[in-house]
Amino acid sequence: MRGMRARGGARDFAAAAADTASVGLSLFPLGISFGVLVVHAGLTWWWATVFTAVIYAGSLEFLLLGLVASVTPLGQIAVTALLVNLRHVFYALSFPLSRVRPLGRVYATFALTDEAYAMTAGEHARSWSGARILWMQALCQGYWVGGATLGALAGSLIPITLHGLDFALTALFVVLTIDAWRTQRDLPAPLLAAASFALAALLTPGQVLPAAMALFTVSLLIRYALRHRAGSPAPDEHRHPVPAVPAVPAVAAAGGEG
Amino acid sequence: MPTPLYLATAVAVSAAVTWGLRALPFAVLTPLRSSAVLRYLARQMPTGIMLILALYTLREVRPTAWADVVPTALALAAAIGLHLRTRNAVISVLGATALHVAMSTLWPA
Repeated sequence: MRGMRARGGARDFAAAAADTASVGLSLFPLGISFGVLVVHAGLTWWWATVFTAVIYAGSLEFLLLGLVASVTPLGQIAVTALLVNLRHVFYALSFPLSRVRPLGRVYATFALTDEAYAMTAGEHARSWSGARILWMQALCQGYWVGGATLGALAGSLIPITLHGLDFALTALFVVLTIDAWRTQRDLPAPLLAAASFALAALLTPGQVLPAAMALFTVSLLIRYALRHRAGSPAPDEHRHPVPAVPAVPAVAAAGGEG
Repeated sequence: MPTPLYLATAVAVSAAVTWGLRALPFAVLTPLRSSAVLRYLARQMPTGIMLILALYTLREVRPTAWADVVPTALALAAAIGLHLRTRNAVISVLGATALHVAMSTLWPA
């Protein structure tokens, strides 16, 4: 029994290692560039490890580096963290937390990054076990913390500047957009997203990310309401089974939530 | 210079807010999962959210500076082209990033 469980665990780990190979190859170099920037900001190298291991929210960490360098008041840092990471609120809609055993949910929610959400959002992830999801998240954080630590150490030893490394984050989100598009080929949604972003950039230049996300959500809700008022069910409503929402009863998921 | 105590508190505040945003919605949203409108959002949102994040990472690009626009546009084209062709995220991300690093180094702002 124990041997079987151990083999199952090894299988989950091996599967998660394969799942995260591509994400890791973008997280790792991005982590290196973050580590280099930590040293450039005048902090000791191990702060790169602390930032990435304790906060574990990439875009906020990059932003925070500039804020702490100018000793920004903590209240303002809290508001910034809230606005930049507000999008994570929506990830609870479809992340399969109910498959993770209760104790593991502490880490599963802590490590629920954009990448972790994107990896579990697709059709292929519906068969993933809780252990495989946790290993996936732990490996993603490992690549990120490892890259940042290595970058900070290298940055403090060798005084070189590598320009343009931060494009890895852009490339990663471009790739994730294309992958998400392949799961759900519906043109109005990305068009609404682009329009929301443009509007947010014009109206609220200081808080583009949360404003764009809020506008996008509202525009989707309006679109949903218009479709249902017209009386015709959405054309894609029944054709695709809902890949993102697990089939387990909601009660089972609610049980372990503190 | 920030003191270690200030840095540690800033990290703790950021971590607490982030974790709260990630964990609390499960307690609030779980009973709503059977809702048709939320299922619609869950299906429609991923592409748009990823697109918004991609656009957001380009916010530092100055639209009037050639040294910004040319490497970014070419690296974006490389990322999209490579991914449409290979469907392999490793090749797409590493290829586009390597191109961007090379161009930014050869063509400093």
